Amino acid sequence: MSKEEKKVNRRDFLFTATYTVGAVGVGAVIWPMIDQMNPDKAQKALATTEVDISNIEPGKSITVLWRGKPVFLKRRTQDEIAEARAVNLDDLPDPQKDEDRVKEGKDEWLVMLGVCTHLGCVPLKDKGDFNGWFCPCHGSHYDVSGRIRKGPAPTNMEIPKFEFVDSNTIKIG
Amino acid sequence: MIKSKIIRLFSLVLLSFLPVKSLYSAEMIDPIKVDWSFKGLTGTFDRASLQRGFQVYKEVCSSCHSMQYLSYRNLGEPGGPEFSKEEVKAIASSFEIQDGPDDQGEMFTRPGKPSDKFKNPYPNVQAATAANGGAYPPDMSVLVKARKGGANYIYSVLVGYEDPPAGVTLDEGVYYNKYMIGNKIKMPNNLIDGLVEYSDGTESTVNQMAKDVTTFLAWAAEPELETRHKTGIKVMIYLILLTILVYLSMKKIWSRIDPKI
Amino acid sequence: MSDHEYTPKSKAGKWFNDRLPLLTLGAHLTDYPTPKNLNYWWTFGGILTFCLMTQIVTGIILAMHYVAHADLAFASIEHIMRDVNYGWLIRYIHSNGASMFFLAVYIHIFRSLFYGSYKSPREVIWIIGLLIYLLMMAAAFMGYVLPWGQMSFWGATVITNLFSAIPLVGDSITTWLWGAYSVDNPTLNRFFSLHYLIPFLILGLVVLHIWALHVPGNNNPVGIDIKKPSKDTVPFHPYITIKDAFALLMFMIIFAGFVFFVPNVLGHSDNYIPANPMVTPAHIVPEWYLLPFYAILRSVPDKLGGVILMFSAIFILFVLPWLDTSKVRSAVFRPLYRQFFWILVIDVLMLGYVGAMPAEGIYLVLARVGTVYYFLHFIVVMPVVGYLEKTDPVPMSISEPVLSGGVKPSLARKINDKV
Repeated sequence: MSKEEKKVNRRDFLFTATYTVGAVGVGAVIWPMIDQMNPDKAQKALATTEVDISNIEPGKSITVLWRGKPVFLKRRTQDEIAEARAVNLDDLPDPQKDEDRVKEGKDEWLVMLGVCTHLGCVPLKDKGDFNGWFCPCHGSHYDVSGRIRKGPAPTNMEIPKFEFVDSNTIKIG
Repeated sequence: MIKSKIIRLFSLVLLSFLPVKSLYSAEMIDPIKVDWSFKGLTGTFDRASLQRGFQVYKEVCSSCHSMQYLSYRNLGEPGGPEFSKEEVKAIASSFEIQDGPDDQGEMFTRPGKPSDKFKNPYPNVQAATAANGGAYPPDMSVLVKARKGGANYIYSVLVGYEDPPAGVTLDEGVYYNKYMIGNKIKMPNNLIDGLVEYSDGTESTVNQMAKDVTTFLAWAAEPELETRHKTGIKVMIYLILLTILVYLSMKKIWSRIDPKI
Repeated sequence: MSDHEYTPKSKAGKWFNDRLPLLTLGAHLTDYPTPKNLNYWWTFGGILTFCLMTQIVTGIILAMHYVAHADLAFASIEHIMRDVNYGWLIRYIHSNGASMFFLAVYIHIFRSLFYGSYKSPREVIWIIGLLIYLLMMAAAFMGYVLPWGQMSFWGATVITNLFSAIPLVGDSITTWLWGAYSVDNPTLNRFFSLHYLIPFLILGLVVLHIWALHVPGNNNPVGIDIKKPSKDTVPFHPYITIKDAFALLMFMIIFAGFVFFVPNVLGHSDNYIPANPMVTPAHIVPEWYLLPFYAILRSVPDKLGGVILMFSAIFILFVLPWLDTSKVRSAVFRPLYRQFFWILVIDVLMLGYVGAMPAEGIYLVLARVGTVYYFLHFIVVMPVVGYLEKTDPVPMSISEPVLSGGVKPSLARKINDKV
């Protein structure tokens, strides 16, 4: 390597190093400006909610608000559970067993985000072709297990993280 | 030449609104068409009807429905029911309004003032919902604007109660109404002939009360309507005049180059 | 540009102009040689400038009274409508102004499509114009959210959820856009901030749009290049300004008709119901000017596919100058393309119509047919027709109308080949 080439190399290195260090700085400044738009601490603090379910009759459902989104809590009848379990998984766009959508031993309780997985509308209960929910926005039909059966929604309605605190209380989140 | 161009331009303008028009033709049966005095380019409200409508609202609707965006002073403002100053004061003071905190930190009630907002029948939406069998009686401040079909629809619902046709079963606390979307309504039929005693001697039939209260609600939703119509006419006359002047000037200017732009 | 050199007459003017040539710019704008055969479809540029200024002025005023908070926004709008002096007038001008803005921009865009104004050497004007159109849609969408009515809330929910279709990072992006786990107060707040920002970005792009226009000069209904200045051109002022003023006044009459007599006819009644995250309105429909894209979105049964197709419908316009293979600009001399142009107009109107209808039955079929044709028009019809079409003879200059037999067909064809 000639002296001249070495010089050039050293100069290239210097420039590259300058660009890199500069870019890191710019990135470090930009990140806080982007991240400030993410949910803030107050939003995150509203992560859980407890719901009293002692007053819900079989076949009825209630809707509670969790993180600004409605959550459906449905106490299903034995017929409805049987109907949900009789479905052939091959008929489902997003195959999932009904057993996997409820807590074991608490089969009658369906707890799910009442948000259509298409574009986020709230589906209407006891409507649609599958005895479950029907989204009025773009016509997605869900069955009695909240699984998508027909329409543009890609997946089943989401099951949030929840647990039974005692037999009358469900904690969502 | 220019005429045909303008016609083409206008027809395109009209065409582009075709899809919008269609939004307003839905599944439900068409509401009754009422010949409202506030319809049309120069429409104004019928004062007497507004005052009677307020009476119906106060004596019937207001026990469940709030009108939280209205103040008592609005009742005396031009373009509305135009109660006199004294009447407005009297109306306002007939309500007990919560105020406070006082210098002891306690809330207290006092007679209403014209500057107060209409008193809410319930402390909040949840209380209103709970007291009405799970159906929130909607705030009526902008109800006429918030319903497809507007005043005609509100009027139709008020007079549209019927016995349910055979085959339709209703849950308790649900009523059949042929103009309501879905035909099921949680509000009972509150209007019966002679319910309200009008001070001007008008006979208070169901249709009359429905018409009066709907007029009142239409004003509540669009208190600026009369001013808007009046200003609109003036603006239109001005614009047309200026357009003619500009058109003639344009002709003059272009005649130097091309007499037939 | 062949502008003659401008020297201010006064000494002070000259002193200033030597330091900042604003007067030269002013002189350029007044003298700017414009084809004298521009028809009324060319007045929409001026009309759009008026629309932008109207929206900015009324918007700044509304921002003085509006409160961007989920609990107060709806009430603050009612405060504007009831208590603020002339508040109803300013708000109705602003809300109807958005519709008038889009009406004008659609006419402006279709004018470009008809007369080939997007073709060389005006590609950059066209692309900047499309960027303006994109920003307009963003501004209009966010503005519609601000009253925090039911349509505001659910429109925002549906549109922001489009981003969740992006694989892997989609959900993080939507949460980031919301600043919460659903559309909520933080969303409203930032939408207000951005809604205030975007018009000024548009204004900047408008300056570039006009700058880019003044480099090659206006296209014209005949679509041929003209010498500037020449007997085919007129100075912008007073000839074009007065004509623009006349057209603008006609436009304002329609505008005022909406504002004063049917101010809510273009809106949706559900937006006078305060936002409620627990109840979705029966039909969620965007404002009329977004309906064709909404129809395209809904015509696809797959979520990601629908979103991609909807965005493609806009982005395909960016490459339009290179999809069109015709050597002739104006559809006046393109008998075949002219028919396809009108089919496209009808197609877009039909898409708008079905976009307002429920996505089922015949409407879904129509939406799919309309979507397919929309893309076929740009991907297949434009390149192929450009090659196959036998165009009519194009005149040599604006002053020599070829259609009345001024130029021999053989000569015209020669010119045709040259263009």
